[in-house]
Amino acid sequence: MGLLTFKGGIHPYEGKELTMDKPIEVYLPKGDMVYPLSQHIGAPAKPLVKKGDRVLAGQKIAEAGGFVSAHIHSSVSGTVKCIESRLTAGGNKVNSIVIENDEAFESVDYSANVKPLEDMSREDIIAAIQEAGIVGMGGAGFPTHVKLSPKNIEAIDYIIVNGSECEPYLTSDYRRMMEVPEKIVKGLEVVLKLFPNASGIIAIEDNKPKAIQLLKEMVANNPKIKVNKMKTKYPEGAERQLIYANTKRYINSNMLPADAGCIVHNIDTLVAIYEAIYNGKPLIERIVTVTGDAIVNPKNYKVLLGTNFQELIDAAGGYKKDEPEKIIAGGPMMGKAVISTDIPIVKGSSAILCMQEDEVAACEPSNCIRCGRCVSVCPGRVNPSKLAKLAELGKIDEFVEQDGMECCECGCCSYICPAKRHLTQTIAATRKSILASRKK
Amino acid sequence: MAELKKISSSPHVRQEDSTSSIMLDVIIALLPTTIMGVYNFGISAFILILVCMATCFASELAFQYFTKRKITIGDFSAIVTGLLLALNLPPSLPWWMAVLGSVFAIIVVKQLFGGIGQNFMNPALAARCFLLISFTLPMTTFTYDAVTTATPLALLKAGEHVDLLRMFMGSTAGTIGETSAAALLIGGAYLLFKRVIDIRIPLSYIGTFTICILIYSLASGRGLDWTYIVAHICGGGLLLGAIFMATDYVTSPITSKGRWIYGVILGILTFVLRSPWNPTTAAEGVSYSILCGNLLVPIIERFTAPKSFGRGAEKHE
Repeated sequence: MGLLTFKGGIHPYEGKELTMDKPIEVYLPKGDMVYPLSQHIGAPAKPLVKKGDRVLAGQKIAEAGGFVSAHIHSSVSGTVKCIESRLTAGGNKVNSIVIENDEAFESVDYSANVKPLEDMSREDIIAAIQEAGIVGMGGAGFPTHVKLSPKNIEAIDYIIVNGSECEPYLTSDYRRMMEVPEKIVKGLEVVLKLFPNASGIIAIEDNKPKAIQLLKEMVANNPKIKVNKMKTKYPEGAERQLIYANTKRYINSNMLPADAGCIVHNIDTLVAIYEAIYNGKPLIERIVTVTGDAIVNPKNYKVLLGTNFQELIDAAGGYKKDEPEKIIAGGPMMGKAVISTDIPIVKGSSAILCMQEDEVAACEPSNCIRCGRCVSVCPGRVNPSKLAKLAELGKIDEFVEQDGMECCECGCCSYICPAKRHLTQTIAATRKSILASRKK
Repeated sequence: MAELKKISSSPHVRQEDSTSSIMLDVIIALLPTTIMGVYNFGISAFILILVCMATCFASELAFQYFTKRKITIGDFSAIVTGLLLALNLPPSLPWWMAVLGSVFAIIVVKQLFGGIGQNFMNPALAARCFLLISFTLPMTTFTYDAVTTATPLALLKAGEHVDLLRMFMGSTAGTIGETSAAALLIGGAYLLFKRVIDIRIPLSYIGTFTICILIYSLASGRGLDWTYIVAHICGGGLLLGAIFMATDYVTSPITSKGRWIYGVILGILTFVLRSPWNPTTAAEGVSYSILCGNLLVPIIERFTAPKSFGRGAEKHE
């Protein structure tokens, strides 16, 4: 059988060898912790604490601002220093709770929240996940309890676990698969319990043979879960492409995975579900890969949410030479370049990538030579060169007509373009303005 | 707050290929053809090649300098145009005609339409046809070994015999770059290997033409005359056109389906223009076919626009 995949895509330098074989290390923060009230899709959370309050690790400090929203918990013990707007990885300032860390790491007692899984109803499980403040940890931050509440639970055929980790440099999901595969499988079993007709698929790229082997052994006794081997290619883990590769079902930008009978979860999200159900623990930590050619000791860290970027960079030995030219929150394809490292780790932070040189700044865009490479790599099967041209000319109607809204901003076209045109960037900016005008 | 870092929107990495590296690859792929051309036709061919390359380079530089545009000669595209034009000229052509052709290619066909990527016709081919119309006699006089001779295809049309081995090595009359099938195929293999060109256009072009000529061979009572068929494929600039001219990015369709269709159209056009049954027409037809094809590109692209991922997908119940 051929490997599961989709049409298009690219093979950028993976950079995973830097951290792939480095076991997860626990990092305990020293400085102030910052918890942005909006680190998920949906309404911002509302603070439950005020300046001067003493909080414990695991204590809920902000509650969801609606159904599509998520609670936020403190990850350390200490005192609320202030609630003010702070810079985040996205580049904007977000109202945040700042907690002075007393370094005691005194925690609330989680065991009170635990109920045996057999005794839990569907509502109990979803309530527990909601209470734990879990959101999709692949980056988008969609609240997990919302994802688990589709209109028709019987129409869900597959729960797909996204273990592709196709974004270069990232190894946080891989380390999770290598170190706690049982938690991933148990987390998946919890989700499967919610959907009577669903079976589980753990989809992993074939550049992670050890993880595939390990998870295959783990699920050997569970006929409802299988492990799928996918071709190593970017963006294999993009939601629509992932669903297609594993089920041959298509969804477009107007549909949700549930419309194709699928629900997709990130690896770390399942670990968080496991922790919430079996240990009663809210989402207060995640795995972050600190890597890049500018870092002395690239590593995978288990990090408490709210930890400062710079602290983590220092923990990884700091910079080799001078300041790196570019620091990215996430991977090189879809991550966000940050203007400062004085920002917190949030629920969706998968990596801190420090690059010695900014290769994009070094290249000058020139005329499109119509080589067609962007068209052949585009996983969304649109014509990036044409869309970018329409975007530049401000021809919004034609842009939409040519399926510009189907672009998932994966970055393949910009990556491959020999004329070094900023295709993704141009298309993304236009998409954003169209989406904003639709909201009005 | 400490000094802020520079940022840009994702993606933050780029692959290595650039416009100039692609153009260099085309030049490398044309080396065997160039060498065989000089070997077969001597110093006059060499001079023509240099004249065309130098004139194209200089015209682009001068145009961009005097119109105060960004100088882009560093992308080597003008050099490629010059080389391709020279390879499309008869070796005995006076040098000043080559200069005129080169200036036409760069200034009129390429720069006046906006420079690289903006021209709707292949500059080298448009210049060749411009010269063909302006100086028909010198453009259609082919010499080999200082003797004016007919090209293999003209010989075929006259019902005479051609030597396939000589066509393969290029020791026949013709333009500088069209005669050696072996050298062209090596160059084509290099471009395919380096993924500079895509097999679709050459394959569908040559394939369609082969089918046409095969049917003609049968229909005209020759039976399966392989010498006739192979001579038609190797002669008349078909390989040069299919590998190096029809695959020009700027003037060929960007969509993969469109590339198949484009090749098929070129194959049929070439067959029709060659009209092997009509002794009064020219024997080649590749240049005009590709230029006509260039004009059809926008229409082909319109009808072969890719269907976006998940378009028309239905909800799964």
